[in-house]
Amino acid sequence: MALVEPTHNEEVQLSEATAGDYLELLKPRVMSLVVFTAFVGMVAAPILPHPFLAVVAILAIAAGAGASGALNMWYDADIDAVMSRTASRPIPAGRVKPGEALSFGLVLSALSVMTLGVLANWLAASLLAFTIFFYAVVYTMWLKRSTPQNIVIGGAAGAFPPIIGWAAATGAVSIESVILFLIIFLWTPPHFWALALFKSGDYERAGVPMMPNVAGEASTRRQIFVYSLLIAPVGVLPWALGYASLGYGLVSVVLGAGFVWYAWKVLVMPAEDRTMKAAKALFGYSLLYLFGIFAAFLADVLIGRAFGLAGI
Amino acid sequence: MSAVMEQDRVPLTEAQKKARRSRSLAIGFGLAALVVIFYIATIIKFVHHTM
Repeated sequence: MALVEPTHNEEVQLSEATAGDYLELLKPRVMSLVVFTAFVGMVAAPILPHPFLAVVAILAIAAGAGASGALNMWYDADIDAVMSRTASRPIPAGRVKPGEALSFGLVLSALSVMTLGVLANWLAASLLAFTIFFYAVVYTMWLKRSTPQNIVIGGAAGAFPPIIGWAAATGAVSIESVILFLIIFLWTPPHFWALALFKSGDYERAGVPMMPNVAGEASTRRQIFVYSLLIAPVGVLPWALGYASLGYGLVSVVLGAGFVWYAWKVLVMPAEDRTMKAAKALFGYSLLYLFGIFAAFLADVLIGRAFGLAGI
Repeated sequence: MSAVMEQDRVPLTEAQKKARRSRSLAIGFGLAALVVIFYIATIIKFVHHTM
């Protein structure tokens, strides 16, 4: 039995949302990327925190990222409902009510920021709070529905985790962590525009001004290629500036060249090719690229530390 | 239980009961995890004055 507020409706709406539905609100796939990049930022820092506190800090960052995902799903439920990729999310599917998702996101935001502040430091907590605000308010509520540059500026939110990880360990922000930020920041537009190319119908139906349905596919393909030319050298920066070894430098050059190659294939993709194989291939490769770059940087740091080398 | 209170209550379906139990368990585990995390972290910070 459940005690409910008196209502004039015959039907009393009681939730059938399970814990799994709430977990889905956190966008676990995005969260896994946040955890990985924050972890790399933290491990790369010169001061190593106690392992238990490091794990708790990563969990708090993950929870903050998840909270911003829940707030995003709350605000975007109307457009999620008309897009094939997102129609089965908990709110448009009717499993979680919007108000429940909003409360969940707000409580989890506060909890994650306070935990990081108390157990790590308040610089990291402030950066996490800013990231949640940037993703939920600046990107979701403002940019996403108003400009095709939404993902360019909004991408900053997804790029902050390595800086937060570094700040949680050291209490400061460094050039190294800013370079890791830049890699994700420049990676985001070509990654999402590749997706938008083969899902442009979805975005158009939802009224989201993504680059392909505002500037056209040809312009989007050119911009993807330009970004690939930017991200390839930025990926090499940790070696060029002496923060990583030649081994990392070689891996980043190969991965960057691959990015440019896949972006080139998208650039020269025939306009009548509606299968968009090149765009799908770039989308898949971009995920591999980001994981590869961060894994290579992590391996470089750990090997360098084990053998007492740095920037060789 | 008074008759008035009984009127304010609605019977839950099996799906609603299952979902509520799932949510309650998750909240319970979450709160317990927070207690354990803050307990251990406090001891570590006392001992090491770290992070």
